[in-house]
Amino acid sequence: MSIKISEAPYKERIGKGIDNDFMRQAVSSAQGRFRNGRLTQAEELGNWEDWRQLGEEIRSHTLENIDYYLYQLSEEVEKRGGNVFFAETAEEANTYIENVVKKKNAKKVVKTKSMVTEEIGLNKTLEEIGAEVVESDLGEWILQLDEDPPSHIVTPALHKNRQQIKNTFQDKKGYDKSDTPEELASFAREQLRQDFLTADVGITGCNFAIAESGSVTLVTNEGNAEMVTSLPDTQISVMGMERLVPTWEDMEVLVSLLTRAAVGQKLTSYITTITGTRLEEEIDGPDDYHLVIVDNGRSKILGTEFQSALHCIRCAACINVCPVYRHVGGHAYNSIYPGPIGAVLTPLLDGYEDHKELPYTSSLCAACTEACPVKIPLHEQLIRHREIIVEEEKKSPASEKIMMKGFAQWASNPAAYKLSTKVARTALKPWTKDEYVENGPGPLKGWTDVRDFPAPAKQSFRSWWNKRQKGGEA
Amino acid sequence: MKVSLFITCVSDIVFADVGKNTVELLERLGCEVDFPAAQTCCGQPAYNSGYLSEAKKAMKQMIKAFKDSEYVVGPSGSCVGMLREYPNVFKGDPEWEQPAIDLANKSYEVTQFIVDVLGITDVGSTFEGRVTYHPSCHMTRILGVKEAPTKLLKNVKGIDFVELPVKEDCCGFGGTFAVKNADISGEMVKEKSRHVSETEAEYLVGGDMGCLMNIGGRMRREGKNVKVMHITEILNTHVKEQGGVTA
Repeated sequence: MSIKISEAPYKERIGKGIDNDFMRQAVSSAQGRFRNGRLTQAEELGNWEDWRQLGEEIRSHTLENIDYYLYQLSEEVEKRGGNVFFAETAEEANTYIENVVKKKNAKKVVKTKSMVTEEIGLNKTLEEIGAEVVESDLGEWILQLDEDPPSHIVTPALHKNRQQIKNTFQDKKGYDKSDTPEELASFAREQLRQDFLTADVGITGCNFAIAESGSVTLVTNEGNAEMVTSLPDTQISVMGMERLVPTWEDMEVLVSLLTRAAVGQKLTSYITTITGTRLEEEIDGPDDYHLVIVDNGRSKILGTEFQSALHCIRCAACINVCPVYRHVGGHAYNSIYPGPIGAVLTPLLDGYEDHKELPYTSSLCAACTEACPVKIPLHEQLIRHREIIVEEEKKSPASEKIMMKGFAQWASNPAAYKLSTKVARTALKPWTKDEYVENGPGPLKGWTDVRDFPAPAKQSFRSWWNKRQKGGEA
Repeated sequence: MKVSLFITCVSDIVFADVGKNTVELLERLGCEVDFPAAQTCCGQPAYNSGYLSEAKKAMKQMIKAFKDSEYVVGPSGSCVGMLREYPNVFKGDPEWEQPAIDLANKSYEVTQFIVDVLGITDVGSTFEGRVTYHPSCHMTRILGVKEAPTKLLKNVKGIDFVELPVKEDCCGFGGTFAVKNADISGEMVKEKSRHVSETEAEYLVGGDMGCLMNIGGRMRREGKNVKVMHITEILNTHVKEQGGVTA
């Protein structure tokens, strides 16, 4: 898998999402829980806006000095016995990891949840050289069994209900119990335990790498990262190049924002840390540790008006409040990064060609911007994307271009505008019945497919005003 | 106080009554209202669609139209929110940045103007009926006006005010979004219409005619008997009988 998850055209994906009642029900109730949880936690904290401010400052300071902190991080990892590899592309990252796995003669690899390994398509690469790859995050494991891409960056199987999960377990793993969450989870636990014990290599993602100590930290609720990092003696961490903070103190602020913003938790169940290899004086730790730092298009975002998109801490608060996401689901975005942050990031990482509709998949309601714990101006970045699509990429439809040229002439010419206020009603008359248009022509059709359009007033405001000025209320 | 009405193109052409109510309301609250006839559209349809140079043509016209105004007041959180964005749009433009800042600084949404500038929270109107209020996204999140409309509404005598469930959710209007992504927009407005029904309100009130045109159009399609009103219409009801205005 890579960033793009299918070849289906935009309208088809949107339609499929809208028609999927099961998914919409699941997404809607999860959104409600996450959103209310976040608001409750923010309120309990009391000074949420101060925390957001601090979060933004940490992220923006880190990104402004990313060369310094990446250097510091790599020096610290190497000091602690680890190897650091800077991968400019997905291919470079995959090749490096593939070589480590080959060298170990590894038959089995266990992983923690990691969006960047989805992004670079790591699993496929490793499977092609004959390694068995096991996802250990419950949601990711379900999707792996079902060969289904993630639809959410925190809860990847959000679009599935427990009946569907039970069916997957039955079909793929011979599960024969009920669809209660307890029995399903217990089954997954038994299955995964065997994989943890027999794996040759552990691969983790990274929530925050800490430059001052060369550590990678992982936030989980299932404890699977503890198992992945403590059992196999060869460890590989993969991180997007922006996913670091200067200090542990900074990490603490961002984790506090992350768990609250993501799922409304005050604390996460586990924060797992991995720092280099087992050194001589230490009693545990891996024999072999590799940190793979992935660029894959990120450095091109640095220094642009989109730089703050790299502040993202992958909490999905923007996704959890997005009404568009609620109705179409994650897969409609055709990116492993869905929702508002996905609509901003995907074209930056994977180009406009395949994703030119994404920046328009938003009503610009700005709920995302308001929810973001590190204050990324998401809706403004969506508008910037649109400007690029129109003015630089020239990918907007011809009919729209003509309409907008007309708009500019109309709105910059008071006489033309005034004339339109006089003729609008007459122009729509053929379609008007009882003061409403129910079957509109041209661009109005999409509107009137679901709702009525009011006929222009019998007398425009300005005409009323002019008569009133001349004396005598019209 | 001298106030220039920014009617907004939607209300100028489609919802002329909103303009009449806004004028009458402001005059009753002691303002001297004028209407600069050179005003057109704030440019938002082009701006939000990515047509920056087309949007700027509209914006420059608006800046010129309101050059001499003391205050610019409009019956729309979204359109006034657009005026307030002008300084960002013209940032670094030697000719237009300062005029853009000047316009942004004197522009207000009508309820914001009444509460924050005039200092009035009870306009002395009376309205009998069960009313719910949709806080439009741009009014609350772009312009930052969250309290003023409901403060004024709740002080209307006789009103039976009921909160709209998940009121902060977008209705799906989004300007060109409603046409470009009509199917998604349609699902959003259906959901909003359901929430309105849950309140059992007879009246849906809002401060943005774009959103109200969307929700109202959907409710009409569903055959629902809910009347849609701009907030100024409520604030301008049965006032003559009531007399004075209190702060």
